[in-house]
Amino acid sequence: MATRIKVPNSTDAANPSGALSKEEIMRYSRHLIMPEVGMEGQLKLKHAKVLCIGTGGLGAPLGLYLAAAGVGRLGLVDFDSVDLTNLQRQILFDTNDIGRPKIEAAKNRLRNLNPDIQIDTFETRLTSENALDILKDYDIVVDGTDNFATRYLVNDACVILGKPNVYGSIFRFEGQITIFGNPGGPCYRCLYPEPPPPGLVPSCAEGGVLGVLPGIVGAIQAVETLKVIIGKGEPLVGRLLLFDALAMSFRELKLRKNPKCAVCGEHPTITKLIDYDEFCGIRGEESASPAQATVPEISPRELKSRLDRGDDLFVLDVREPHEFQICNLGGYLIPLGELSRRVNELDSSREIVAHCRSGKRSAEAVEFLRSAGFRKVLNLKGGILAWSDEVDASVPKY
Amino acid sequence: MAVKVIIPTPLRPYAGKQESVEMEAGTIREALAGLVTRFGELKKHLYSEEGRLRSFVNVYVNDEDIRYLEKEDTQLRDGDIVSIVPSIAGGTRE
Repeated sequence: MATRIKVPNSTDAANPSGALSKEEIMRYSRHLIMPEVGMEGQLKLKHAKVLCIGTGGLGAPLGLYLAAAGVGRLGLVDFDSVDLTNLQRQILFDTNDIGRPKIEAAKNRLRNLNPDIQIDTFETRLTSENALDILKDYDIVVDGTDNFATRYLVNDACVILGKPNVYGSIFRFEGQITIFGNPGGPCYRCLYPEPPPPGLVPSCAEGGVLGVLPGIVGAIQAVETLKVIIGKGEPLVGRLLLFDALAMSFRELKLRKNPKCAVCGEHPTITKLIDYDEFCGIRGEESASPAQATVPEISPRELKSRLDRGDDLFVLDVREPHEFQICNLGGYLIPLGELSRRVNELDSSREIVAHCRSGKRSAEAVEFLRSAGFRKVLNLKGGILAWSDEVDASVPKY
Repeated sequence: MAVKVIIPTPLRPYAGKQESVEMEAGTIREALAGLVTRFGELKKHLYSEEGRLRSFVNVYVNDEDIRYLEKEDTQLRDGDIVSIVPSIAGGTRE
């Protein structure tokens, strides 16, 4: 028995004012000749209203495929501008878009792809204050964000408004995809009641993403969105799809509604939107890790002048070996994850300056070394990025 | 029971970079304890300071969430696949 998701406000397909034009019939002919879509399905697409939160790696294939498929009204939410590092995966943008607001570049690209659809843009960060207002006009919400705080916000707002939330998230070579919420299905909090505390989220050491991965995951979100709209097939509800691009495997886990869920359970304790930065233990995007705020630091310029002076400093690089290959400051390499095991390679009588890419991992390293009895350890403030900015511009940033 | 534990990408750096680990274990508790004994650094990622399994780390036996079985007392059978599935937020920011 197929699970059906009710799409709120879907327009009556018989409405003559909503009929397809001759040109639209040509444009969507490869849909129209399939019985699973047909004229009925295509009209449902035309009258559908989908909100894409994020126009980055996941939002790019989503936006492109939903626009191409003829989803009549597409909302886009993003506050970022296009930068060079985005182009490895965010296929909505091209090199000429660098510096432009993503929303503007995305709208332009999608309008060129399909001038017949309406594109609404929200150039803003989604917040507890604006979320319900932005989401309320749409039938389906697609979550293509990149942080826990916004994911919990999107989830709770969708539960409160009773809207399906087509979820996708990615990490390196792995993706997770499902449809949360409406009607009666599990939500994100049923799966994960709480986010990881900031210090425990895998840091930049393990970060990165294969450029194609969000393409695949975002395309799967697009498929699920289209299926929900046309009401065909078996929607990805109550199932968490795990994709591993390295193994090239798909696995499926059962996803159950938690009767004790704080937002969608029998006795919800969260009935309105909350402060999600606080919930996720963060204060704003640029907030430093707890270690970063407390450990002793040295600025890049100070380190440079002390090295030039011939001070006996031991430079410890706590990045990963593959990062060391991109660029290095000639330091001694012990990845943060191996530090506790290899701490005996360090001489506690010498003054140590630890660094990483941005100063976050090395702050953790400094904190660890101090707790292990090292007295003279400093964190290079801002890491290699700051070194490149302030001391040696020939060191590439990544 | 001979079981296979699948280590998710975010936790592999703390588990000798392995994708999976074969081990003998009668329950989920034993399997996770075996994992933590083998890879000490995994401990703080799997358990809170009070020794409880962290709420952003889910554990499955085959395709079933142990929260809906017997939690950590869930019995394992030969050939079972244990998956550790932490929440990932996506994106590439630090």
